[in-house]
Parts: sequence; structure tokens; C-alpha cells
Amino acid sequence: MTIRTTGLTRRYGETTVLDGLDLSVDAGTVHSLLGPNGAGKTTAVRILSTLLDPHGGTATVAGFDVVREPAQVRRHLGLVGQHAAVDEILGGRDNLVMFGRLSHLGTRHARRRADELLEQFGLVDAADRAVSTYSGGMRRRLDLAAGLVLDPTVLLLDEPTTGLDPGGRREVWQAVRALVAGGTAVLLTTQYLEEADQLASQVTVLNHGRVAAEGTPDALKASIGQDRLDVVLRDEADLPAAQTALLTVAGNADVDLDGRRVTATVTDRVAALTHVVRTLDDAGIVVDDVILRRPTLDEVFLHLTGSMKEAS
Amino acid sequence: MTWALRDSWTVTLRDLGHWRRQPWDLVIGLAFPILLLLMFGFLLGGAIEVPGGYIEFLFPGMLAVTMAFGLESTMTYVSQDVQRGVTDRFRSLPMSRIAVLLGRATADMLASVVGLAVLLVAGLVIGWRIHEGIGNALAGVALLLLLRFAFLWVGIYLGLLFRGQGGVVAVQILVWPFVFLSNAFVPISTMPGWLQALSAWNPVTATVAATRELFGNPTVAASGWAAENVVLLAVVWPVVLSVVFATLAVRRWARLGR
Repeated sequence: MTIRTTGLTRRYGETTVLDGLDLSVDAGTVHSLLGPNGAGKTTAVRILSTLLDPHGGTATVAGFDVVREPAQVRRHLGLVGQHAAVDEILGGRDNLVMFGRLSHLGTRHARRRADELLEQFGLVDAADRAVSTYSGGMRRRLDLAAGLVLDPTVLLLDEPTTGLDPGGRREVWQAVRALVAGGTAVLLTTQYLEEADQLASQVTVLNHGRVAAEGTPDALKASIGQDRLDVVLRDEADLPAAQTALLTVAGNADVDLDGRRVTATVTDRVAALTHVVRTLDDAGIVVDDVILRRPTLDEVFLHLTGSMKEAS
Repeated sequence: MTWALRDSWTVTLRDLGHWRRQPWDLVIGLAFPILLLLMFGFLLGGAIEVPGGYIEFLFPGMLAVTMAFGLESTMTYVSQDVQRGVTDRFRSLPMSRIAVLLGRATADMLASVVGLAVLLVAGLVIGWRIHEGIGNALAGVALLLLLRFAFLWVGIYLGLLFRGQGGVVAVQILVWPFVFLSNAFVPISTMPGWLQALSAWNPVTATVAATRELFGNPTVAASGWAAENVVLLAVVWPVVLSVVFATLAVRRWARLGR
């Protein structure tokens, strides 16, 4: 186990931002902390990277306690925070050499490591240009490279793709997959269900500092709810009829008056789609759009926070 | 300890890298006090009567003011690093943590030595001279650098305290009345009584008066304990400020994770 926390707690003034987090991450896996802004994801990362003291509970990284052995933790840790934390005026190479020297690799080794990382992240051509001229994706890759100078056993990624375009996002995902294949343990925070789905083998959903759900992405999705089928009508007057049709097929139907939309959760995706389209067509209802989709993160959270309220 | 020194030097090298990559920033930083010197010396100076000539009176004042302005650049650097997450990156590395501050201090002192040298040459060009021998002149330069060192720690502390851009802007504005409330540009005796009392105890005043004495540049007689012990005050003030603000800065730094 390369990351392990039990009952990790942190307050800011009166507010408890992290309330008893239990977490364990194995080598060679990605564990995702999923949650909205303010859920406590960044606080957890900051505690694990020895930037912030916990107020309760324990945490170990690579077998070392973050409070009692912070120097050891830092020797096994790579951190990629929300901002590209690199020097903007210096070039990519100078940045990596500086971080390597500060990680006590020695100047020669630091230079060699910088060259390897520039190669690995496709930044050789831009190596000596000022970072301020880099694109968002290039900056993120440099930031990732800077987090890997020490070839860490544990990598903490705090919303690594926020603010990136789809191309930049794919670049980061590819880099993370390659690292994990090499045995690194990755803790990745994200607001995007899709990102957790793409990368993580385990997901912990945080809400108001507490664990709202955890498991594999598939298990989580199954527990959170099935796929959604949206039907958008041409004419608002058809809403009751469409609702009846969906009730017949799926056994449930939510009406959204503003969007001329009826939504139902479905289990057998394709069968439900065929059935609904046929039923609507038979009833002579004109449809603008039919969408078969996964639950959105909004729906996931509504579901989870709703069920938490009922439980308490 | 050796790692603390080596890491500090690595952090210092980062700034030297900035000079190499953006030499214009350095040139503009040096040009600003020279511009101020020319403005006060030739535009406003004609209206200010000082025995011995205004340029010779003004110049030590301009040097001390430049040292005090260093506070802004130190603070800007420190708060930018905190804002952009560079400080967090440093704190997550297995480096000596105190080296981040020591490296900053070394880089800023080096920049000030270069800046001071350029200003001294500019002063010589417009007619400023030393009259009390090279030893005294060097002692004057040492007092100026001591003042810079004190303001450096004020800058580091404020940079860690105010993380937003607003704090930097506020300090950039407030530093002006602070340096003007001294004997740098006009003799204190020309001010109203209550301002005289404030200005007499300004650390900048002590350094300016002491360097004027050591350079042999004209001084305007002032009375009171502070005025009669300027060299002592020019040492004690910066030492006290350095000790107080270095302690505050290091404590603040150590408590970033609390």
C-alpha cells in the first residue's frame, strides 16, 4: 500500500473541510478522488504532500508518516498541483534542472534527468524557450515532468486537466497511463466523472469532506444509477403522452417543462432506445432529439447527497 | 547545513537566470532610480536651497531611497511564488526549506550590489564626489546595503502575509510617503514640527544622514538625540528591523502548513 489514510481530518476555522477520510492506493494503480469544488480534494492532496498539517487521523505515503517523517515522504513523492507551478521566465530545461538540483540529484544527474523528461513529454524542441511562451498543454506536461524528477513511487495529481482543451487533456491522460504502467501509484483528483472513468481503477467520491461512495468506476455507476434516456419533443403539448410512453417502457419518467424534455433511467440501453422510439412513433409524437447517455456528475451528486440525507 | 547553502545557491541561480533571459527588466530596474535622481537633481533641485549644492545633498538620499524601494521587488517575488504554486512545489521537494528564503535574500542582495554600483557611477557622472576618503565611503556603502538587508526581510514577511496582488499594490503606494517622510530629498528643518519628529526617527533618515557624513556630502544641521547619533541609529535601526522581520518571516514560513 503506497498511500494509506485513516480518519484524516482538517478544519479551517470552524469549517471541517476534510472529515475522516479513509483511503488506500496500491502501486501501479490510479485512485481518483471525485467531487465538486469544496469537497476536500485539494486539502487531502496538500496533507499527503506535507504542505498542510492534518488535525486528526493518520496518513502514510510510501510507508512514511506525513507528520512525523515529512522529509522521507518528500523523497518519494511527486506533486502536480492545480497551477502550473514552474518558473515562467526560465525555459523548461532550466526549470527541470533546478528542481532536480533541489531534489539533491547532483547537477550532472539533474541535467541527465531533465533531458530524459523533456524527451518523454515531447518538450525537446521547446526546452530552451521561456515557459511563458508554452501552450496550456505544454505547461501541464512540463508541470507533470517536474513532479517526476525524482521518479517518485507516489504521484499526487490535483485536477491536472482543469482548463485544458480536449487535446491537452488527452496528452495528460496518456502520460498518466504510461506512468502507472511503470508501477507508480497515482492519486488523481478531478471534477470530471469521465476522467475518473478513463484513468482510475478505484474511485472515492467526496462531498463536504466526507466519503459519499467508493468502489470501481463500474460498480459506482451501477450503484449510482443507470443510463439516462432523454427525449426532446417538438411540441410541448405532447409531453403527457411522451411521459406515458416512457413510463410504459422504462417504468419511470421525469418531465422537464422548460426543455420540452422527458428523461427516464434505463437498464438495457439499446433495447430501451428501440422500444421508446417505436412507441413514440406509433403514438404519432414528433421528436426533435433522442439522447442515450451516462448519468452526469450533477445527477450522481444529487443522487448521493439525496441518499445521504435520507440515511441521516 | 551544507544542503541549506547549496539549495540556497540553486534558488539564487534561478534569479540570475532571470537576468540573463530578461536583461531589459534589470535595465529598467536600474534606470528608474537614475530617472528619479535626474528629475529631483535637475528639475526640482533648482528650487531647493542647500548649502554645498543640491546634487551632493540629494545623492546619498537617492541611494538610501533606492535601497528602501527594494522592499517592493522582494515582496512581489515572494507573493508571486506563493500565488503561482511555486512555493508549494519547493515545499514539497526534499530540499532545505529555509533555502527558499535564503536564496531569495542572496539574489536580492546581489541585485542591490549591482544596482548600487550603477547608481554610484551615475552619481559621479552628474558631479557627486566623496570627500572623506575611500574607507569612509565604503562604510557608507555598507550602511546602505544593511538598510537593503533590513527591508528585504520586511518584504519577505509582507509577501508571505499578503498573498493577493492587492497587498503588493498597497505596499507599492505606501512606500512613497514612507521614504519622503525623511531627510532624503529636503532638510528636515523645512518641515512642520510634527513631521520633523516623525522624519527624525525614520530609519531612512538615519542611513541618509550617516552616509552624508561618511561621504563628506553637505548635511543640514538638525538637533535632538536622533540627529546627534545618526551613525549609531543607521546601524541599530536596520539590525533591529532585520532581527524582528526575519524572525516573523521564518515563523510565518514554518507555519504555512498550520
